[in-house]
Amino acid sequence: MNEFLHQLLAGLATGGIYASVALALVMIYQATHHINFAQGEMAMFSTFIAWMFIQAGLPYWLAFAATVVVSFVLAAGIEFVVIRPMHRAPELSVVVVFIGLLVIFHSLAGWIFGYTIKPFPSPFPADAWFASPLMSAHEVGAIVVALLMVAMLFAFFRFTPLGLAMRAAAQNPASSRLVGIRVGRMLMLGWGLAGAIGAVAGMMVAPVVFLDPHMMTGVLLYAFAGALIGGIDNPVGAVLGGFLVGVLENLMGTYVVGTELKLSVALALIVGVLIVKPSGLLGKKIVTRV
Amino acid sequence: MTALLQVRGLHARYGNTRVLHGIDLDVAEGRVTALLGANGAGKTTTLRALCQFMAQTSGSIQLAGQELVGRSTEQIARLGVGHVPDGRGTFMGLSTEENLRLGAYSRGSREGMAQDMERIYGYFPRLRERASQQAGTLSGGEQQMLAIGRALMGRPRLLLLDEPSFGLAPLVVKDIFSIMRRINQEEKVSILLVEQNARLALELADTAYLLETGRVVLSGPSDDMKRNDAVRRAYLGE
Repeated sequence: MNEFLHQLLAGLATGGIYASVALALVMIYQATHHINFAQGEMAMFSTFIAWMFIQAGLPYWLAFAATVVVSFVLAAGIEFVVIRPMHRAPELSVVVVFIGLLVIFHSLAGWIFGYTIKPFPSPFPADAWFASPLMSAHEVGAIVVALLMVAMLFAFFRFTPLGLAMRAAAQNPASSRLVGIRVGRMLMLGWGLAGAIGAVAGMMVAPVVFLDPHMMTGVLLYAFAGALIGGIDNPVGAVLGGFLVGVLENLMGTYVVGTELKLSVALALIVGVLIVKPSGLLGKKIVTRV
Repeated sequence: MTALLQVRGLHARYGNTRVLHGIDLDVAEGRVTALLGANGAGKTTTLRALCQFMAQTSGSIQLAGQELVGRSTEQIARLGVGHVPDGRGTFMGLSTEENLRLGAYSRGSREGMAQDMERIYGYFPRLRERASQQAGTLSGGEQQMLAIGRALMGRPRLLLLDEPSFGLAPLVVKDIFSIMRRINQEEKVSILLVEQNARLALELADTAYLLETGRVVLSGPSDDMKRNDAVRRAYLGE
């Protein structure tokens, strides 16, 4: 029983990471109806930037904040330079560009930082008061960070004029321009936010899986499964889906399929959701009366 | 009487398709001006050209002395042009209240937004009942009210209305037109109204322009237009 509980909680902890990356995917999907396949590699790259800051002697939380800012700017820059000129391009070209970005970030990280696996520090000391035999301090910390991030994003989109403008621009770009919203700027902001969220996810997962250019490959798949289960257009659903996938992955890996086949659980989930309920559990069907 | 909006030699095209061939048009401050014409005459394109929206334009459009040609649609919204677009432009997935709040975005300030919203609920009590409802579920008439309300939230100097009667039941249309008269008087907003229903438009407007295949073929005070034989035959069905 204790073992089961332990696996369940560990699943929640990794689920928090998946939830964060799923959230980043949803951010960009909502704004542009594209899945950013490079999201994971961008997060990995951000984590290397954090590692660089820490190596340079910055205290952890300062490095954390600096990384979030740099990642925001970097992702917004990618939107401006690479994605924006593509806005009339067919779907498939955009997908190819995303795959190109994935490869570029992967190779760039390997070239600059090397492929050797590096340890990455956790900001939560192992003997912190919230550590317990069931859950390590880092696991608790990662869940709290993920939930905090969701709460902040939710408040931003629900209660601020800028958040409302971003939702409007994603839904109806033409009408948005007529009320004075600069749609291009909103997309750039969406990319920036997604980049920042990914960076946080990367910094939270790196202490567990260690830092190397392959770090996020599996994570992206799990996150994708999470986003699909919850509903790719629903941030709350994506977060719930992320946690759910984390728990499922861990329990299935321990009790059913074994660790080697864990990743296929994610793939089975993706295919299953697409067949049975493409809009996801909480996906919103927009009702229209004509 | 000063013209708030002065349009001179306005040409517009979509790609290679020329739609407007040099239009001159004035909208007097505080008045209602109607733009009449058959399907495809270029009425909607004229409104779009005024907002530099979708159509490529040349010529001159002056709003209170400021040139609009060459500006972005977003800038023009900020200069005080409220556009109630063709098809109503509802943000379907957002609530009625969020749709209204978006209308105030062009002002760049939230000061007085609650009072503005109250005033709009005063004109359209139905919108208050639907405040938290997803706007896509509103009826056609309610969405038209919402579109007008959204444009008013930006406190425009000039309101562009594109076929507010389109697809609505006659009673609803009557209702909306009588409210528009009140809005014109109480909000001191100038209105440029595009309508296929000439009778209705001439009832509300002080001045009217008749558009045929991208050119102004007739203009004058609404009362003169109502008595004009050509207008009566072709557009009033008499």
